[in-house]
Amino acid sequence: MLIQSNHNGGTPAEYALEVKSEQDTVAFARAIAELAFPGTVLAVDGDLGAGKTRFAQAFADALGVKDIVNSPTYTIIKEYEGADLPFYHMDVYRLSLEEADELGLDEYFLGEGATLVEWASLIEPILPPERMHIRIETTGAESRMVVCRPVGEIYENWCAQLKLRPILKGEGTA
Amino acid sequence: MTAELRETTIPSDKDYVLLAIETSCDETSVAVVRNGREVLSNVISSQIETHKKFGGVVPEIASRKHVETMTIIIEEAVREAGVNLAEVDAIAVTQGPGLIGALLVGVVAAKSLAMALDVPLIGTHHIAGHIYANHLIGDIVYPAIALVVSGGHTEIVLLEAEGKFRIIGRTRDDAVGEAYDKVARALKFPYPGGPHVDKLAQEATEEVVLPRSWLEPDSYDFSFSGLKSAVLAEINRSRMKGETPDFSALARGFQQSVIDVVTGKAIRAAKEFGARQMLLCGGVAANRGLRERLSSLCEEAGVPLLIPPNKLCTDNAAMIAAAADLKWRRGQFSSLDMKAEAIMSLEEWSV
Repeated sequence: MLIQSNHNGGTPAEYALEVKSEQDTVAFARAIAELAFPGTVLAVDGDLGAGKTRFAQAFADALGVKDIVNSPTYTIIKEYEGADLPFYHMDVYRLSLEEADELGLDEYFLGEGATLVEWASLIEPILPPERMHIRIETTGAESRMVVCRPVGEIYENWCAQLKLRPILKGEGTA
Repeated sequence: MTAELRETTIPSDKDYVLLAIETSCDETSVAVVRNGREVLSNVISSQIETHKKFGGVVPEIASRKHVETMTIIIEEAVREAGVNLAEVDAIAVTQGPGLIGALLVGVVAAKSLAMALDVPLIGTHHIAGHIYANHLIGDIVYPAIALVVSGGHTEIVLLEAEGKFRIIGRTRDDAVGEAYDKVARALKFPYPGGPHVDKLAQEATEEVVLPRSWLEPDSYDFSFSGLKSAVLAEINRSRMKGETPDFSALARGFQQSVIDVVTGKAIRAAKEFGARQMLLCGGVAANRGLRERLSSLCEEAGVPLLIPPNKLCTDNAAMIAAAADLKWRRGQFSSLDMKAEAIMSLEEWSV
């Protein structure tokens, strides 16, 4: 088995967005969906109940997915047809890195659709070289801090287009 | 055989043997079933010694694990059934829905067998399998309501007649099994923690009352993410106050909320559609609290309830044979270029 490291070296910049309500999260997911292209990879992390699946549902809705998007925890991958792009929804929580590697996720990452991986940090070494990390931190009952870490030029441009606030060095996020 | 055989093209006076393969997710399973109902063997990877040959118990998620165990389990199922491969009349296989890489292994094995033995292939819907597991233990009377509760599925299905499926309710977020496992994570149990939560809830003396998610008044859909959040909020609230959260009272509160809503909706559906039978199925049917409540509600409503034993509730191939039997008796077969389907409609799979 071969697991390659795909870190580009150095600490990548992070960007923050404070959201006050579920509606704000939905709006952010829609804005991201506007930018999505075949091969988009969103690597989403956040504690249980932070709203990863809610974010995925809003993203899928904005891609024109008509089906109910429910949790992929048990089945690991669920595929949907969207009006604009196919949507691949993954939850890798119950996988080891080795198992995830054997699943051949690259076929999705490099496929025709947009992929959203929940608990992505568990499989970071096998994520594609370019992807957008999105960490959802619970700051209150409704409020969240969304921290984006773009890897690759496309996603760095996304952060600029989305007018996200760069996080200054030494600034704590959680 | 119980049902009307109007469309039957296969002589029904002769014994027949179906070999079924299920690889939609974690389990590799092969069963041999005679006349659609008599289980001659039902071999499931996690329940046999195969693991020892491959060094330890690992989830069968990875396709390679299915490939490694597939032929061994086919051989074991055929040997245990005491049949000769030449006696097999058709090959049934889970076509979907499921994890595509896992499904493919079963589908390729099934096609190879069907071709080599020159017998029909029957692509089968996984949820139809869960529902028709009930046909292995009793006669189904229509119209029937099936409550499917498993790791990945939570659905209320109306069967107006044999093999006619209509989904009237489904989960909008977590399946019941997923909700259990996520709450178990919050209560610090290892994955899969569902059975731990069930046990803890049974033993609890106190209950933290949690909200019920009924959704719109006429809806048969489910949503459990709010309940999951309520459990997390309750744990946080205790910690903020410097208290130790009462996990057993929380487990009880969670279980009561899930059971109220799931059984409440199933019974309402049974009444609305004049069901003459309730079918409980899927891996979560093993949950004691759920079985007990549904049994008493069905008794009150005068609706007979069928619940398969645990081995037929969790993913297994005998249930796939039971569902495939619907198609066998009607001569509805799949072609050898059939594809595994990660997403697959239950309603369209109807006979």
